[in-house]
This record gives sequence, structure tokens and C-alpha cells, in this order.
Amino acid sequence: MDIEKTIATLHPLERKVLPILKTENSFEKISEKAKLQKVEVMRALQWLQNKKLARIDKKLQEQIVLDENGLRYREKGLPERSFLQAIKDKASLDEIKKKANLSNEEMGICLGILKGKAALEIQKGKGIEISITDNGKKLIEKGFIEEKLLKKDFPIYASELKDEEKPALENLKKRKSILKVNIVKIITAEPTELGKKIIHHGIDEKNILDRLTVDMLKSGSWKNKKIRSYDVAINVPNISGGKRHFVNQTIEYIKRIWLDMGFREMQGNYVQTSFWDLDALFVPQDHPARDMQDTFYIKDPKEGKLPLELMKRVKAAHENGWTTGSKGWQYEWSEKIAKENLLRTHTTVLSAQVIAKLKKENLPAKFFSVGKVFRNETLSWKSLFEFIQVEGIVVDPNANFRHLKGYLKEFFAKMGFPDVRIRPAHFPYTEPSAEVDVWHPGKKQWVELGGSGIFRPEVVKPLLGFECPVLAWGLGMERTIMEYYKITDVRDIYKNDIKQLREAKLWMK
Amino acid sequence: MPTIRINRKVFENYAGKKLPTDKLKDRISYLGTDLEEVNDNEIIVEIFPNRPDMLSVQGFARAFSSFIGAKTGLRNYKVEHSGEKVIIDKSVKDVRPYTACAIVRNMHFDDEKIKEVIDIQEKLHITYGRNREKVAIGIYPYEKIKTPITFKAENPEDIIFQPLEFAREINASQILEQHPAGKEYGHLLDGKKKFPVFRDANKEVLSVPPIINSHKTGKISEKTTDIFIECSGFDLETLKKCLNIIVAALHEMGGKVCSMDITDGNKKYTTPDLKPEEIKVDIGFINKWLGLDLNENEIKKFLEMMGYGYSGKKAQIPAYRADIIHQTDLAEDVAIAYGYENFKETIPHVATIAEEDGLEAFKRKISELFAGLGFLEASTYHLTNHELQCRKMNADMHLIELANSISSDYDRLRAWVIPSLMEILGNNRHHEYPQKIFTIGKVFRKNDNFGTNVEENERLAAVIASEKTDYTEIRQALDYLFRSIDAKHDVKETEHSSFIQGRVARVSVNGKNIAYIGEIHPQVLSNWNIEVPVAAFEINITELFGIINKK
Repeated sequence: MDIEKTIATLHPLERKVLPILKTENSFEKISEKAKLQKVEVMRALQWLQNKKLARIDKKLQEQIVLDENGLRYREKGLPERSFLQAIKDKASLDEIKKKANLSNEEMGICLGILKGKAALEIQKGKGIEISITDNGKKLIEKGFIEEKLLKKDFPIYASELKDEEKPALENLKKRKSILKVNIVKIITAEPTELGKKIIHHGIDEKNILDRLTVDMLKSGSWKNKKIRSYDVAINVPNISGGKRHFVNQTIEYIKRIWLDMGFREMQGNYVQTSFWDLDALFVPQDHPARDMQDTFYIKDPKEGKLPLELMKRVKAAHENGWTTGSKGWQYEWSEKIAKENLLRTHTTVLSAQVIAKLKKENLPAKFFSVGKVFRNETLSWKSLFEFIQVEGIVVDPNANFRHLKGYLKEFFAKMGFPDVRIRPAHFPYTEPSAEVDVWHPGKKQWVELGGSGIFRPEVVKPLLGFECPVLAWGLGMERTIMEYYKITDVRDIYKNDIKQLREAKLWMK
Repeated sequence: MPTIRINRKVFENYAGKKLPTDKLKDRISYLGTDLEEVNDNEIIVEIFPNRPDMLSVQGFARAFSSFIGAKTGLRNYKVEHSGEKVIIDKSVKDVRPYTACAIVRNMHFDDEKIKEVIDIQEKLHITYGRNREKVAIGIYPYEKIKTPITFKAENPEDIIFQPLEFAREINASQILEQHPAGKEYGHLLDGKKKFPVFRDANKEVLSVPPIINSHKTGKISEKTTDIFIECSGFDLETLKKCLNIIVAALHEMGGKVCSMDITDGNKKYTTPDLKPEEIKVDIGFINKWLGLDLNENEIKKFLEMMGYGYSGKKAQIPAYRADIIHQTDLAEDVAIAYGYENFKETIPHVATIAEEDGLEAFKRKISELFAGLGFLEASTYHLTNHELQCRKMNADMHLIELANSISSDYDRLRAWVIPSLMEILGNNRHHEYPQKIFTIGKVFRKNDNFGTNVEENERLAAVIASEKTDYTEIRQALDYLFRSIDAKHDVKETEHSSFIQGRVARVSVNGKNIAYIGEIHPQVLSNWNIEVPVAAFEINITELFGIINKK
């Protein structure tokens, strides 16, 4: 590799650290010499190692420091020296103790050690008398190896000691409060061959630009210089920005599909009268779907207003089929029940409202909506009380059941599910009614995603004024969202965890 | 919707054909029932509410056997005229005015069959009978009863008998208080001074519908051979249908169905009547509706697969079908017989012009603008509670309350959106700051000028939370919005208890107040356990959109 090119990639920290490696290997020393913070040195060493210019070595080592007695003995010498010096030729233990100023404990230790070194002789007469041997005299002259060790620059490392120093270390380690041993991580670094070559070549500080400045650009001073190269493959810290919520990204995509297919968007209120949400859709007033346990009703204002003319037609449709050729549900329809306010249970309410505004000359017409609907359920990992429904209707005098399957298949193909099947189902407002399943290639099974059908004439004629087939569907969306975003608890869709939102991938279909 | 569990062997016996499990599964799904499970012993299916006739193993197997071609066409049910009488007394007209009754003889009951009958009764009660409100069904051992039977209303204290599975005789009022069925269904007699009662010729109580039978005369056992059945309620046609559904199933169990004469004041009628109703078949309509081109023979074949008879361009509707009220109902049955899986999908070439809703487009553009400013979009619930909307915000607002929410955490509609965002900030204290969030959603308030007496508006709310957040920062975001949509806004100091005094403003466009903006009050921050300053605004997008469009 071209040395110049490598040098050009060096970060200012690396440029500072690398030359130091020529003389220093210990991390501490390198840091000291570079006059940098330790994190900076570490970072530089890492980078140098990545570039194969240096090798970092990390080892666990016994680091030895002086303890309280160690510090004292380093200053005034070891007690055994004082002991020996206090003997002169012969002395009693008390005399020695007094002269050498030793504690009882130290006296005991000294006796043991000096006997071991054959530095004294003990005679028992009236009392105990101690005399110094030749060995002892030599020791005073030559000094104790332990004392030499104590004089070293602490901290010292066991592995760095010479063989002849080791017994002294072992001796001192056994004694009380002289040395402390810590296990520490020792970092050393040395240049590789390439590193040495670069050190030898020299790093020209002045001709390498770290960043362009406005002044440089204005003056053109960058022209004769090199711009430091980056390691462009390196990982950089994460950032995140503002973005649409992933549910709304999905909604936008679904809207786009229907718009592309020539559908107009419907919107409307969440609070609706039972009339629009249910009666206009020919749901009989004693139908289980109206139960309190499924539907949120409003306490106050409990009731809304009804469109009078339409109400008469809807009432007749329920009671006797009106002019649709149907027998109707054969019961007495109640205006009071129809007036009750509720939170819309499906966006099909919007379809009813849109059909009520259509005129013959507007046909054929296609509408869609993607909106919230409500169901009186407890929040749990698999159920929500507000969720999204995808609604569509085709009001076309020539529409038929095969078209229904066609529109659904087209939509789901664009959603990534090319295989769609329909199965018989039941809804009070459609006939035929069909459950919509898509083939899930991953799970290898059919997944139910919604309901569909052709609106009954008892629904359409009172609203529109004349008969016309209306294809209709209402599809769930949460399952698709959970699947795409790998969410297993449906509540997490609306959890608004900021980290989750920051990290959420884009809807990429 | 109700599910039924049926014994597979019994089912196959009735259906007249055994199918391998795969095929069985497939056919059940395409018959118009939702299959839950099939194993070697059992079939579990969900029956849709339009087909109460399929709530019994007999009814389900009957439909299935036609559908797979084992036994197609209309079934004939012979009804023998018994001549036995039931009299409806006018006293019952205010309480539970109608009944339809039958006798079924030659039943060979065993434990299993008794269970089946009770099961049909219960399933019909729950669904077609709307928990006994619309139809209550009573089944009695006929040998313990002496005809004629009277259906009348009496003072509850005068109706004294031993109710089913109860130790002693008590009166009807006490039943409502003491008997489990009385406790469960007593509300159906709320406000009634008199209770309905069936009594036989010996004045013996048979039952108090819709509550409970007599233990003495209203409990069938293995010794029972003949049974008396009554359905009581408010709509005679419904009762007749329900009775038909039951006796058809009992007929298939081997019973002999006998009719009874019912006297209702001046009117006299005989039930059950299992003769099919006729409906003209409009082949052109069915083909057009379904997008098919079937000839008469094919239509006939498909109707017969669904249990109908067909002759002279008319379909004979089985007497147990309760759901055929229009040609479209025939069309659906033809579609099921034809097979939903056999419909070839097609999209007609019809030119229609797509159009995005104006307000929705406006919301989308604003959202993109705020995402561009570095705000994260949140998606929040519209249901909330008083604590979050008012108390924690140190604000007093009128909230629209739901009548029946099962969760007290979500029993009101929100009146403003900032609390939704404060909740998010409160939940995300451990994540990195600054946190900038926005959301667009509806708020609700009472207003008589609207059809529902509720006004709904779309609001945009945005918050910034960080150590350095201040009024300027949030104001810059709001000003950016107005510049971007080329609208002029006025900002005036105001007071608002959720914000810091002197750092909150009312924003108006064309003299119309449409937004609040300011720094959130430290007490409010503390209520949410938020430990950094927060600045926020909330703007009425519905109004803003209206103002812009007027220009």
C-alpha cells in the first residue's frame, strides 16, 4: 500500500499518537506524552489497529503498590535492618527493642526472618542474648534485596521483575501491610512494520487538511494541500428525523390504490345516529349487532335528528319492504331507537350517506374511505376499541357479483396479496354476502380480511330513490399493519413509543 | 354468533353421505357456515343469524346433504291434525300476546336425544328468540297434560307451582327473586302487573313464559314419547317460523308432527303449517345480480341443492326458512350452490373520476410539512377520560360521555388533543430529547346545529419537549405553517390554566379564534411527570380549511 495514501487517511488523533509508539508502549505513557484524554488515545489506537498500523495488546496483570507499612519501610528502612544495627555485638531482646524502636510484632517477625537468613545467633543464659553473625554484618553492608524492591517506582508489575527480584516480592507479599496486589488490565501498543515505516517516513502535519473552512475556500489555500481521507466504510452514530406515523403511511398507500382505481374519497362524522349507521342499512332494530355490548352509545346528547322523507322510506322498508318487492322484516319500526347517537360501528355509514346524495346522472360512481370505527371492547393484546376500516362501494346499474370479486382482487394484488377468495357469509345489508380471504404466502394459509357483498334493494332504493346494484366491502387493516411492522400486540400500533416511531421502517409496498 | 358442536357420526347419518375430512371442511365453508373445527368425532361450526334452521344437527345435516347432492329438493313434512286445542285468553294480550303450538308423537328419547332437543331450544332462544324476548320456547311431556290448554295472564302471586329443578312450590314473583332462570330473565317481565301462564285443562301450571317450566308438567324424560311444544312472543309469524324449525328437526329425529287448533278471540288458526311458501323466480334478475348466464334448468338444480322445490317458474321455500324475503335471497342461495369459488372475477371498463377529499388532502399536506420540521407523527385514540383531559391538564372542559363504555379509562370523547400528546411525553421520559411530536385528530363538543347535536372538528396539535424548549420554538413552527399555506394570523395574549401565564396566546385568522399556543404550566408538567419544559399549540384544521377555501 502506498504510504502517502495511508498517511492521508490518518485522523489528527492518529497522527499524534502513532509517532509516540516509536518510544512508548504503555498506554499510560502514550497518553501522557500525547497530552490527550485517554478516550482519545484509545480511539486513535483502535483506528490505527483497524488500519493495521498498530497492535493493541490487553493483558491482565498483577499490579503492585505500596501499603502503609511498605511506605514507611521505604523511608526508614526495614525493621530487620534496624534490629541488626541495634545488636552491635550482643544485646538482649529488650535492649534491641528499645534501640531499634520496634513493636512486639515487628520483633517477632525480625527474629524469624533474620534466623532464616542466618544473620544472628541466640544464646540462652540468664536471659536471651542475641549476637550478630558475619552473615548479619554482610547484610548490613550489602543491603536487603527486599529494601531494593521497595525503592522501585511503584506501581510495579510482577511480570516486569527480574528473576532475582522475585523472591523479595514473594517475601514481602507474605508480610503485613507492605504491599497491595491489584489485578489490572494493562494496555500496550506497538507499531506494526507498516506503522514503523510511516513513523520513519514522517507525518507531515502542515500539508494535510482536516476540514475545509470558509477561509480556505475564499483564499484558495486548499489548493496545495491534501484533504485527509476518511474511512468511509466506518459505522457512524444513528440519527432520526420527523416522519409520518406508520399507520398513516399505510393509510396513504391504501388511499392511493383506490384513487388509482378511480374511486372518490368519502369522509364523515364519528358520532352518528343509529338511523344512518344501522337503520339505513336495513339492520333490524332487534339485531344483535345493536347490543350495548358491541356498540358505544352516547349518553348526552343521547339523540340526533333524522331526515324526515328518508326516514319514512326506511321505516317502510323495515316494516314491509316498501316498494322494493321485499317483505321487509315485519315489525314495527321505532323512530326513537333510530335517533340514538352512537360511535360509528362501520364506515358503511358513509356509504349510506353518499348514496343518499347521488342522482341518476352521477352513475356509475365509485367511492372509498379509510377511517376509524368503534367497538365497545376492552383493550387487550388482540382487541382495540377504535380501529381502521377500509370501505368501498361501486354504484353501477351494471354491477354484479363477479365485479365485486374483481375489484377486491385488484385491490389486494396491489397490497401484495395476489390470491383472493370469497366465501359465503351473512350481513343484514348485503345479499349475497361474502367473507374475503387472502392467501398468505408466508403463513401458507388463508387469512380473513373483511366482509363484502351487494347491498340489498331494501338498503339502496330508500336511499337512492331507485334500484341499482351497489357493490360494497369493509376491510380490516390492523392485521396487515401488524404483519408488516412485526407487531404482535395490537395495542402497540397506537402505543406511540418514541423510540419505536423513530426506528419504524417506511411502508415500502 | 352461535356455534354448534355436533357428533360427526350422527351428522353423517343424517346427511346420508360420508366425506373425507378435507372435502368436508371445504364443503362446510362454502355452504355458508363458518367452520371452526372438524376432527374424527366432532364438527364445530358457526351458524350465521339468517339461518336459525341450521342450529340443530338435523337442520345442519339437512342443508348439507342437499348441498352436496345427496338429497336435494324440497322435503315433505307430513303434519297430522290432532284436533287438540290451545286457547289464548285476552288477558295475555298486553303481556305476551301470541303462541304457536304443536304436538310431536313417537319420540324415542334417550339421554343423547333429550340433550339435542334442549340444545336446539337453547340455541334458538339465544339467536332467533333474542334471548327469549322475541320467542320463548316451552317443551313438555304431553302425557302429563290435559287439553285444552289455556294461555292467559294472572297475578304473579296467584301462579303457584314448583319450577323446574327447584325444591318446592313458590309463586311467580318469588321465582323472579329465587330461581336462577327468574333472576336471568325476570327483566323481560319488568313493569308487568300480570304474568303470562300456560295452564292445562286441570288448571295445572305448565310454565310462565319466558321464564320457566313447571317441574311437574314441564320436564321431559326417557319415558316421554309425546311432547307438547309452544312458542310464545309478540309476532305470530316469527313464532310460527320458530315452531317450524323445531318440529322439522324433531320430524327428522323420527317424530310424528301433529298440529293444534289455536283460538285467539274470534280468530282461529292451526299450527304448525309446514307447507312451503312460493316465490316467483326472476331468472333474469338473478343472472344480472350475479353476473351469470344460467338457464332455467341450472337455476332449478341450484335451488334444489339449497333445499327448495322448483316448478312453474316458482320456488317452493321450505317452511323452516326464515330469511327469504326478496329475490336477492334466492340469488344468494343460487350463488352458494353455484359455488363462490367458481365465480370468475372481472372488472368492467367504467370510467369514473377519482377525487381525494379536500380536508383529507389538507391534513396530508400539513402532516408532511410537520414531518419536514422534524416532528414525529403520533396516532392517538379519540376515546379518553376526565382525568387525562381535565384534571391532569389543570383545565375544566365539557366532555361528551359514552353511555355504556366497558372501560372507565375510555368513557369520554376528547375535547382537545394536547392531552393526548402530553400522555405520550409522559410515557417516553426515558427516550432521548428533544422530543417533537404532532398529531391530527378529531375533537367533539355538543352543538345543536349539527344532525347528531355533536360538532366534530379536526385539530392539529404539536408539542416540543426539551431542556431548552420555549415559546419561540413552538411559535416558529406555527408561523411556518401559516406562511406555507399563505394565511395571515393574529396572535394575542390570553389566559389558559394549562399554560404559563404571560406565555400563552390565542391565534386567530380573519377574526376567528382557531388556535392556542404557549408554554405548558409547570404544575401540568408535574402532573404528567414530565421533567423538561414543553411548548405546545393546537389548531382547528376544519375551521382553517374552511377559511382558506373561502378566500
